[in-house]
Amino acid sequence: MLPALPGVGFKPEHFAAICQTAGGVGFFEIHAENYLGAGGLPHAQLAAIRADFPVSIHGVGLSIGGANGVDAAHLDRVRRLCERYEPQSFSEHLAWSSHGAEYLNDLLPLPYTEETLTIVCDHIDRVQEVLGRRMLLENPATYLCFANSLIPETEFLSEVAQRTGCGLLLDVNNVFVSCINHGTDPYAWLAALPLDLVGEVHLGGHDADEMPTGNLLIDSHAAPVADPVWALFAEVIMRAGPLPTLIEWDNDLPEWSVLCAEAARAGAILARGGNGFAHAC
Amino acid sequence: MPTHAEFMRSFDAALRGDVLPAGLQARNMAEVERRFAVYRNNVAVSLTAALASRFPVIRRLVGEAFFAPLARLYAEMDRPKSPVLAEWGEGFADFLGAFPPLARYPYLPDVARIECARGRAFHAADAAPVDPAVLVAADTNRVTFVLHPSVHLLHLASPAVSIWARNQPGGSPIPLPARAETALILRDASFAVQVRALGAGDAALIGAILAGSTLCDAALTAQEAEAGHDPAPMLVALMRAGAITDAQE
Repeated sequence: MLPALPGVGFKPEHFAAICQTAGGVGFFEIHAENYLGAGGLPHAQLAAIRADFPVSIHGVGLSIGGANGVDAAHLDRVRRLCERYEPQSFSEHLAWSSHGAEYLNDLLPLPYTEETLTIVCDHIDRVQEVLGRRMLLENPATYLCFANSLIPETEFLSEVAQRTGCGLLLDVNNVFVSCINHGTDPYAWLAALPLDLVGEVHLGGHDADEMPTGNLLIDSHAAPVADPVWALFAEVIMRAGPLPTLIEWDNDLPEWSVLCAEAARAGAILARGGNGFAHAC
Repeated sequence: MPTHAEFMRSFDAALRGDVLPAGLQARNMAEVERRFAVYRNNVAVSLTAALASRFPVIRRLVGEAFFAPLARLYAEMDRPKSPVLAEWGEGFADFLGAFPPLARYPYLPDVARIECARGRAFHAADAAPVDPAVLVAADTNRVTFVLHPSVHLLHLASPAVSIWARNQPGGSPIPLPARAETALILRDASFAVQVRALGAGDAALIGAILAGSTLCDAALTAQEAEAGHDPAPMLVALMRAGAITDAQE
């Protein structure tokens, strides 16, 4: 279990700076797919990080929302990574990223239907069985909707958690991005999600693309967390109590001190939000 | 209503430029095409970035304006077969060699082979160097060496090692030899991946060691390739890099 503290996505570029000062960061998260090589610098750095900090392994390639089953060979490599580092958390996305034998390297959207609900639950059952642990499932940032998507996203996530026993990774930026893009209310989205299922929070930055009817928000992980996302996060923590909270910044990396400042801002909100219920994860 | 598999098939076809799947919706239906373009762009840009990070010298040699469409074309023809993108691009050298607009630059596939091998060496398994005392006590007529998993020999058709070296950050414009080169690629004890051009003797020596020859036979092979070759400097360099991981008799 991750501590209810701010964490930061680990980047090799920051390794030396982290060794100087961890800046109050309580855990680190890595993308599983960047550590599936056999050895070398990535594993030397990750082993050093893991010796001093709790670690979350975050998968981006299991294609949980795909129709073709979970890639057994890839899942086995992820299993061996988890056995090697014994992370405090493993999480993946409600999305698909492979089609047939081909990997598309993006988190693609799926309609929420009875069919996809069954598919996603089957895949999570498989992942949890092979990894021998409970996983967290992350809500996506989306740019389109589907006419046949009849189950609300919050209901879909809750139902998956109920059927499989998995927890949820609440990406507050994704909630904001999707709701703004689809003209819905992010606070209503949050109100519909059972927060006791949430085992981790993600906070990232987004970009905006001008469209005829207003901005389309893009989940870029290349900017500071936006003010309305901080406000949503404060609402989550007020209701749920402190949760492990990750600052996600994957592109156009800033200095380590900038990430520490973002983490400190999250930490201040976590410290104020001690009145929520205790969450089980 | 399409099944999920049918939906994915049409979505993927649209990512490649086909018509959009039925049933897409947006707040303003006139925006559907532009919103879908975000996914098309994410796939193309992220795969281009992955290829650029594995082949920085190719990118520098052909220029960014040419590399981006080149990478998109390659990504369409040889999509990643696994989510581990560090392993993607093994076919890039052959792709460059068969790409008619680049026919005037026959060294590009060799440079890509070097960059590919560097990536494999960077992620190769760890192995501790052998105790130097074992090497000192070895019977050269019987001893065979196990080299580090990152060690790789590349016989190239062009002076690609020199081209690669002068295109490193801070690389100086060294004169290019007119001959083909053999590259030795290995990861040293500080995790740096070294690339160096080998003379005929050193190349034969390491080739024979990798093939399981005894040290004595490997030295003889090297002398056949290069009269008067002395194996000592190369063996010392391998030891310094921690590249000899076992010695067996």
